[in-house]
Amino acid sequence: MKTSRIVITGIGLVAPNAANRHEFREKLIAGRSEITEIDLRYFGKAPAGICTFPETLYRKKKENKKGTRAGCIGVYCANEAIADGGLDLSSCDPARIGIYIGLTEHGTVETENEVYNISQYQYDVNYWTHHHNPRTVLNNPPGEISMNLGITGPHYAIGAACAAGNAALIQASQMLTLGEVDVALAGGISESVGSFGIFASFKAQGALAEAEDPRQASRPFDRDRNGIVISEGGCVFVMERLERAVARKAHIYGELVGYAMNSDARDFVLPYGKRQAECMRLALQRAGLRADQVDLVNTHATGTRQGDVEECRAIAEVFANCPSTYINNTKSIIGHAMGAAGVLELAGNLPSFDDGIVHPTINVDNLDEECALANLVVNTAVRPGGLEVLLNNSFGMVGINSTVIIKKFNG
Amino acid sequence: MTSEDIKEVIIAIIKDIDEEADFDGLDADKPLRDQLELDSMDFLDIVMELRKRYKLQIPEQDYPQLATLNSCVAYLQPLLQDA
Repeated sequence: MKTSRIVITGIGLVAPNAANRHEFREKLIAGRSEITEIDLRYFGKAPAGICTFPETLYRKKKENKKGTRAGCIGVYCANEAIADGGLDLSSCDPARIGIYIGLTEHGTVETENEVYNISQYQYDVNYWTHHHNPRTVLNNPPGEISMNLGITGPHYAIGAACAAGNAALIQASQMLTLGEVDVALAGGISESVGSFGIFASFKAQGALAEAEDPRQASRPFDRDRNGIVISEGGCVFVMERLERAVARKAHIYGELVGYAMNSDARDFVLPYGKRQAECMRLALQRAGLRADQVDLVNTHATGTRQGDVEECRAIAEVFANCPSTYINNTKSIIGHAMGAAGVLELAGNLPSFDDGIVHPTINVDNLDEECALANLVVNTAVRPGGLEVLLNNSFGMVGINSTVIIKKFNG
Repeated sequence: MTSEDIKEVIIAIIKDIDEEADFDGLDADKPLRDQLELDSMDFLDIVMELRKRYKLQIPEQDYPQLATLNSCVAYLQPLLQDA
């Protein structure tokens, strides 16, 4: 079977420190965190990544009220990606565009809000909103994108915990390869900061970060880390087959040359380095690359001791004797954007193909010895130049692992 | 409530749904949905808001009576006479 070459030709994003890819890259290189403090109903205060962006740029306030926060983020990112990719929708068959969005969870925020709403009416379910079902169906965020853009091809969500963003890219790549669609809008979205339950659950698990200065709360690989910083955010890529991208003279950010997903099959929450290593190796094998040909590994590490150490062990094993492979972490700067994490982190690192810079992992004051990987880029960006292959890890609860490998497109 | 009060309530509820709604030239005898670009979910928002504000349980078979501003007044006035 002839396999298609799949490329990324547009990027739209919103992160806790940026509302476009230029601003995002600039702040990642500078290591500038804008993690702030949230005050949630029932729960109280915690560090969190909140996004600021022009919410009514692509749809009316009325539609934002009717829809979800995830839908609002998705509509913004999809429109930005299309504009960035120079994609003229009027020249595309709307039935040949697919929308694939990775979500860690969806509906939690809306359900919590609605339970609170009926609590104001003595829990009389006659006051439960008719918006509940359309807001909480899993295809809500991609569905809101399809309605906004008039795209009539398939739209659906991919649930893969915090590996979901990568999983959506993989799904898009497969659908493009099969010829099911000509253009894919693929990415991930998170609205998790709206849910007290998500914060409370991480806290109950002993995995929610605390810090006097919220910008210092997300500290993967640091000995004094104390958990995850929950963030909202989104990133949508325009993806297409290479020949289509070349024909329309699109800027090609990179080519998806390899991917893999696998399962730990052993624990609800604990990560497992052995399977993570297998996942990375399988992606390398499919890409036809040796580990030492990878220039940059974006770690999934979230700032929990076990998660960081398991991944570092896996990376140390797969990338043993790879002196030119750099390693970094984006969550230290933007927190953990859940279903958007993998794609946002990829969007943050993709410009390294052009600028030759590896953005730093911040907040590493005392590096955990068990995370002391060679070429871990800590606190200050490095400028090695000549970066051409990026390996992006994203792992999730209930034991799901994903790796995608993106290569610079050299014509 | 007077008929004017009821009209104001309905308009306030619709403004809450869509603050950009344009009421200039609204014909009180023509369907609100067509004139104000309200869909079925918006219409149910009006029903829910009447329930929240005045504890009115409007049966589904009566929904057509809320089609125009004037029909809203005619239907709601007896129900809200003491409100």
